[in-house]
Amino acid sequence: MTIGLPRAMLFYRYGALWETFFKELGCDVVISGETSRQTLCDGIKYSIDECCLPSKIYMGHVYSLIGRCDYILVPRVAGYDGKNDVCVKFNALCDIVRNTFETARVLDYNIDIAGGETELRAFLRMGLILGKSAAHTLSAYRKARLAQAAEDRRKSELQEKALSRRDGMKILIVSHPYNNYDRLIGRPVSRYIEKLGGICVFADAADRVKSLRLSRELSESLYWLYNKELVGAIRLLEDRVDGIILLTAFPCGPDSLVNELILRKSLKVPTINILLDELQAEAGLQTRIESFMDIIGERARAAKAAQGPKEEAAVLCSARKR
Amino acid sequence: MQRTQKVISFPHMGSYHVPIEIFLGLIFPDHRIMTAPRITKRTLELGSRYSPDFVCVPFKYNLGNYIEALELGANVLIQAGGGCRYGYYAEIQELILRDLGYEFEFIKLLSDRVSPLNLYRICRRIGTRLSFRQFVYYLLVAVRMVKIIDETEAYIRENIGFETVPRSFEDLHEEFFKALRKVRTFKSLRAVAREYGRRFRALKTDKPADCLKVGVVGELYTLMEPFSNFFIEKELAKNRIQVSRYITVSFLLFEKRRVQKRVLKAAGKYLKYHIGADGTDSVERAKTLAERGYDGIIHLKPFGCMPEVNAMPMLQNISRDYGIPVLYFSFDSQTSETGVRTRLEAFYDMLVMRKEKCV
Repeated sequence: MTIGLPRAMLFYRYGALWETFFKELGCDVVISGETSRQTLCDGIKYSIDECCLPSKIYMGHVYSLIGRCDYILVPRVAGYDGKNDVCVKFNALCDIVRNTFETARVLDYNIDIAGGETELRAFLRMGLILGKSAAHTLSAYRKARLAQAAEDRRKSELQEKALSRRDGMKILIVSHPYNNYDRLIGRPVSRYIEKLGGICVFADAADRVKSLRLSRELSESLYWLYNKELVGAIRLLEDRVDGIILLTAFPCGPDSLVNELILRKSLKVPTINILLDELQAEAGLQTRIESFMDIIGERARAAKAAQGPKEEAAVLCSARKR
Repeated sequence: MQRTQKVISFPHMGSYHVPIEIFLGLIFPDHRIMTAPRITKRTLELGSRYSPDFVCVPFKYNLGNYIEALELGANVLIQAGGGCRYGYYAEIQELILRDLGYEFEFIKLLSDRVSPLNLYRICRRIGTRLSFRQFVYYLLVAVRMVKIIDETEAYIRENIGFETVPRSFEDLHEEFFKALRKVRTFKSLRAVAREYGRRFRALKTDKPADCLKVGVVGELYTLMEPFSNFFIEKELAKNRIQVSRYITVSFLLFEKRRVQKRVLKAAGKYLKYHIGADGTDSVERAKTLAERGYDGIIHLKPFGCMPEVNAMPMLQNISRDYGIPVLYFSFDSQTSETGVRTRLEAFYDMLVMRKEKCV
């Protein structure tokens, strides 16, 4: 049996979990390729035109998996425990895929903690659908969780290493992982920053538990879990970076409000908002990143001149504090 | 000595400002209740100027209402919240208004914290001298009034297109609200409801048995605030169409939670899960309307409304499976009225032609 995993949306959060789980169950796993122009074109064709960019890309990935596997995994997330909701897009993704590709065989699982649907239950049910015993599924799920935890740890260690470097301007990219790790829309941004000698730090790779707690300092009533983590990560990392880029896909619902919150409340570090859409031109993107980094560099130099000669890293630090 | 007088204001939505105004007037006899000025182009312009770019348009209308109310001296603003993005409106709107330099008290009624007791506490804080019992009594009167308004307006929607005396419905509608404003007790409310129920039904209409029937579904604000949808219901009525709509405040506040499971089931093969906010209702309603033999469906939403965009693939399938035309509208601060009119006209012509072909 072959399970197809679309490389989009929650794949960037749960990829290792899914892959390990299905492999442990003895299924073959196909992951759709990195996003290309063609993926996006297909996605646009099979989406309502007002959908957000990542959801269009998602549809493109699903389309590319049709005929290549027995089941396509489309998770449905309604909410996590406590007051932690997600964008309603995740509530509906499964039904959207079902209604758009009516012949595709969709394997779905449902996380809705308030409604009593935990992740464990959801995975046990998936095992049942695939004809595996509960014990087998349970052990596969445990291993999958460990694999995901290891993957998350690896990511944050990598991040820690980047943060402790002293040889470049550190830019915090605040974005959903399905934007900033996507080859077509987000990667060009981080690649260009690196080309200009900057160091990319990703908000989604920060410690989630700490971030979640810190997010309360910026907003009491925010309820989107993924956004809370990003907002908290800003608090967590703002003293260690030189600039913040809010990378937003058009027209992201939660981000439309949360960006406003960040831009109005978090003023410690220079911040810009870059909007990604399906008509994205590389040149425009590059100009904005370049000028942003120029401004930060200029500020650092001005501070240096005012304070007398010091190590550049220290100057960058003081530029940050003003 | 009394502190400076409080001027309490709240944003518009359809004609619901009437019961809210009456309710607040009863609760706060010492303070001034000021409904925000009527929505105009300026409201939307002001709202859009200070709103995030691609936030959904109700946010912009609300913000415009607040600014116009603050300009006239309001100092206590009320915002509700819950579901999708609406739950987070309050915090951002307060932030924007404070950054603009206004001084006011901002009351947030978030859906998960609203109970009569909690509401009472909030009102105590603003400054009511009523006892809890009196408070609940007035609350119930207001709730009942909303229900009566919803029922009356549903009747108007279905019949106003067929009035024989021009403006007869509209005039009576206005008179009805005037009468409601005098209501203080259940007894007087019942009397008004009975009197106007009778008078509305006595208005002469020439509704043919096989008139064109259109259902409107979609996002709550653009459905209920006629300014935001360019008075689409009125336009339809002008063309002698019976208009049905199910999303009302009484549905959202009191029925929705109860029927949620049933709605999902009734949506049949089109939905397995809830798709957020009112999306599920839109799908289920569209299917029901198709089964009941309606001639067309109009789907309204603000631009980028996530739950309603989620509902669109299902609506497209319903349209195909049942052979029922669906017209989709997205509203934003840039939507042109002419564009809406033209599309609506074409839709109407198409419905008429389809009907003639069938006969």
